[in-house]
Order: sequence, then C-alpha cells, then structure tokens
Amino acid sequence: MSLILNHVNYIYGEDTELAVHALKDINLVIPDGQFIGLIGHTGSGKSTLVQHLNGLIRPTGGAIYYNGEDIHDKDYDKKKLRSKVGLVFQYPEHQLFEIDVFKDVCFGPKNLGLSQKETELRAYAALKQVGLADEYFYQSPFDLSGGQKRRVAIAGVLAMKPDILILDEPTAGLDPKGRDEILDQIAKLKEETGITVILVSHSMEDVAKYVERIIVMSRGSVLYDDTPREVFGHYKELEQVGLAAPQVTYIMQALAKKGMPVDTSATTIKEAEQEILRALAL
Amino acid sequence: MIRDITLGQYYQADSVIHKLDPRVKLVATIGFIISLFVVDSWVGYVVAALFLACMIKLSKVPFGYMVKGMRAIVFILLITVVFNLFLTPGEPLVTFWKLTITKEGLRIAVMMAVRLSFLIVGSSLMTLTTTPNSLTDGMEKLMGPLKYVKVPVHEVAMMMSIALRFIPILLEETDKIMKAQIARGADFESGNLIKKAKAMVPLLVPLFISAFRRANDLAMAMEARCYRGGEHRTKMKPLRYCGADRAAYGILLLYFVGCVAIRVWL
Repeated sequence: MSLILNHVNYIYGEDTELAVHALKDINLVIPDGQFIGLIGHTGSGKSTLVQHLNGLIRPTGGAIYYNGEDIHDKDYDKKKLRSKVGLVFQYPEHQLFEIDVFKDVCFGPKNLGLSQKETELRAYAALKQVGLADEYFYQSPFDLSGGQKRRVAIAGVLAMKPDILILDEPTAGLDPKGRDEILDQIAKLKEETGITVILVSHSMEDVAKYVERIIVMSRGSVLYDDTPREVFGHYKELEQVGLAAPQVTYIMQALAKKGMPVDTSATTIKEAEQEILRALAL
Repeated sequence: MIRDITLGQYYQADSVIHKLDPRVKLVATIGFIISLFVVDSWVGYVVAALFLACMIKLSKVPFGYMVKGMRAIVFILLITVVFNLFLTPGEPLVTFWKLTITKEGLRIAVMMAVRLSFLIVGSSLMTLTTTPNSLTDGMEKLMGPLKYVKVPVHEVAMMMSIALRFIPILLEETDKIMKAQIARGADFESGNLIKKAKAMVPLLVPLFISAFRRANDLAMAMEARCYRGGEHRTKMKPLRYCGADRAAYGILLLYFVGCVAIRVWL
C-alpha cells in the first residue's frame, strides 16, 4: 500500500509562451504509515505536487502509482483514489457550504455512496478526532471562529477515512496557540490510526517536532529527502533556498562553535535541552 | 479549463497598437464596426479585411491566439448563417424537401458571416491590446461630457474596472473550490441536468461568500484611503494624445472616408 511517483514532470500552460516548469523529474516513494513533512518556499511546487497525489492534476510527464496501479489508467476509479488519498487544501475553511457543521462533514462520505447511518457515524467520529466540541455540531459553519472552521474542514476530509492524509499549510493564518492545537491534534490522530500523513509547510519549526521524514522542494525539484536530523544539517544550503532550520539547530551550532562539546543534530527543544545538560555534566 | 477563453482578455506585447491612447482604440473600434455596416459590396469587405489584417499585424497578437477565442461564438455564427440561408425570399437556387436556398439568401448569409466575424475580431483586438484599467480610463474620459447631464461617469467607470478586475480572481477561486470539493468526492460532470444543478451548490455557496468577503475588504481598503468618488479626483497618469494617436485618428478617418466613398460610388 504505497504511493510511488516516477519521473513526474508538470508544466503549467504547456505550448504557450507563459509555460512554467512547476515540477521537474520528481521521484518519490511514500510507504504506509510515515509522517512526512513537505517543505519548500512559496512557489517551489509543493501545492502542485500534492495535487498530483490524488489525481487532481495530470502530470505532463511521468506516472503515479497507488498500490501498484497507474492512477491515470483509463479505467482507474479516481473517486475511490480520492477517498483513499485525502487532500486538505490551503485555507480549507473556504470550501464550507452546508447549513450546519455536521451536514458539511457528511458531504464527503455521502459522495462515496455510503448509507445514511455509516455517513453520520463517520462524520461524528471525524468531528471528535479534530477535537470539536458537541455544542458546535448543529451551528452554521460560518458562525465559527477561524480555527474551528478549519477543524471542520479537516474533519470533512477525515470522514472519508483516507489511508493517506495530506494537509496543505494547515496552520496558515492561525495564531501560535491555534497552530499548536491543530498540529498536536494531527499528531495524535496519526498515532491512533496509523495512517500516512503528509504535512506541507514552509516552516521547519512547525514540522520538526512531529515528522520522521522531510522532503525539501526548491524550484520544482526535490532538494533533500531524509530524516529531519540529516536535513537540518544542511542549514546553510536551506538558507540559500529561502528556508531556515529550526532555531535549536542554530543554538546548537553556535554552542559548538564556542567550544561546548555538544552534538549539533538535535531537532527539538527537548533533545537540545538534554544534549546541553549532558555536555554541562561532562 | 475555464481559463482557455481568450475572448476579451489582455495579451501582453510591445506594439504600436498597445501603446495607443485607449480613447483612440475605442473610437477606432466603434468606427470600424460602423464601417462594416456602411459597406455593402465585396470591394468594401476586401478593404475592411485589409485594414483589419494590417491592425492585427501591427498589434503583434498571434492570429492563432485570436482565432482560439472565436471558438466560443462559432455557434451563434452558425445559427445566423443557417437562418439567413433558408429564410430569405428570392430567386431559388437549390430546393430539397421544404427548404430552399435562394440566391439572395446565400449572398446575405455569407455577408452576415463575414460581418460578424470581422466585428468580433475587431473588437477583441481592442480588448487584447488594452488593459481593462486603461480601457475604463478611456471610457471615463470619452464619456466625460455626460457629467453635465448628471450621469455618474466616474462611478460607472469605477464599477466597470472593479468588475473586470474581479473576473480572473473569481475564476481562480472557482478552480480552487472546485478542486477542493472534487477532493471530497464531489462530481460535477455526470448525471442529468437536475443532478448537475444540485452539484453546483457546494461550488456556488463558497464562491458567493468569498465574493462578498472580497467586496467587503475592497470597500474597507478604499475607505481607508479616503476614496470619495470622482469629484476633485486627479489621475496619476492623465490621458494625453501624442503624435502616434493623432496619426492613428488620421488613418482611421482616411479608412472611413474610403468606406463611405465605396458605398456611394461603387
């Protein structure tokens, strides 16, 4: 059960003067159950890439395989693919439309042709998973706060029970508290259900704490594809493509430069703390 | 998919036509359309075709790009031709079943097709070479005298430029919401008419909400910059005629007089 991208290329406005080569020869294997961070500066092709993963965009070159089947085969069931590869767009709260929250979350499972009962059970479970309190279930989605709306929108995709959940900038425009809440919720969900999660972001800081693998995109190509530890080691190169490593990386590097015998590869504040204490005890 | 419509879109290029004052282009387009109805002989149409071809050449807009935009109106063109072909009384040419093609019908049908396609190519040449903003600027200036009879010229022009400005934004938004709903299993293509209309709800509701939100933001931003309508408002780049514009008016006058002359003497 995995997603494979084989030499995927995508050109916007092919055959016109305004052609933009958005993806250049992307090769990726996304196995089951990984927690992946997809990082890149604005316009690096991350959003274009994730839209390929559920067949919304057809690559202009190369192929994408889900469970060994080419998703652009003539008789491939795209609707089923989209229920398995759930994509939450940037600012997903802009897609809400129903008269109450619960009905909106039902939209996805209902489109899959499930029974009324199954649909409602899934919607209820999804709303619980994103941590929305019961009292909001029958309110208009437009009366909720920004963070709550976003939870509802994420629940709308979760209710389809995807095997792979892709979130495009799920924290954009949220305050630090809202951001942490949403990311913690996603991490918890990942732990409980064991699904694959791909977190798209331009901030290393956001994803460093959660993911086990980071894919860095720059100008339409994959620059790094490794564990956070290895990727942050390239912090100088990351700066050159308009990104930055988490602050702890800089602190550890500075400490090492000053002559403190620390291992500079700590990726979270907790790891850094332990590493500094260990070095001090020496 | 929606973005393939080129009719009425601006095409970026560096040409003499692009640089002309928008007022010249507006007057020229109206003049050209009138000239199409002034001439009624083949010589006249050849002259009009030559004039149009020269303008297209000068504008540096690829001909293929223009024709692509024409696809949308092929249907209307066909209806006009068919109606004129069969419903004009006169000397019969071909008869089959109850339908008769007359000599006059054939002549009018061909003429209508030529007229209509020239008209559309001519006016799309204007929108292809003029940005919506300068177009409304030109209109505002041309309609300026109407202010004295209490027509809110500036407000109308402002509304027009805002509407035009919002077209690409809303198209992009539509595309985005459509994709988001497709990702949730929505189906916009299959089913009968009623099912298709129902499927539009998840697209239209968010689109309307977003349009209102944007309108609200824009109104707020305008007010924050003390916008209060056209009175005493000056322009950063006021429209002024230069040599090329006067020459263009000259050429236009020559062409128009030529057309009238053909009509009168030929």
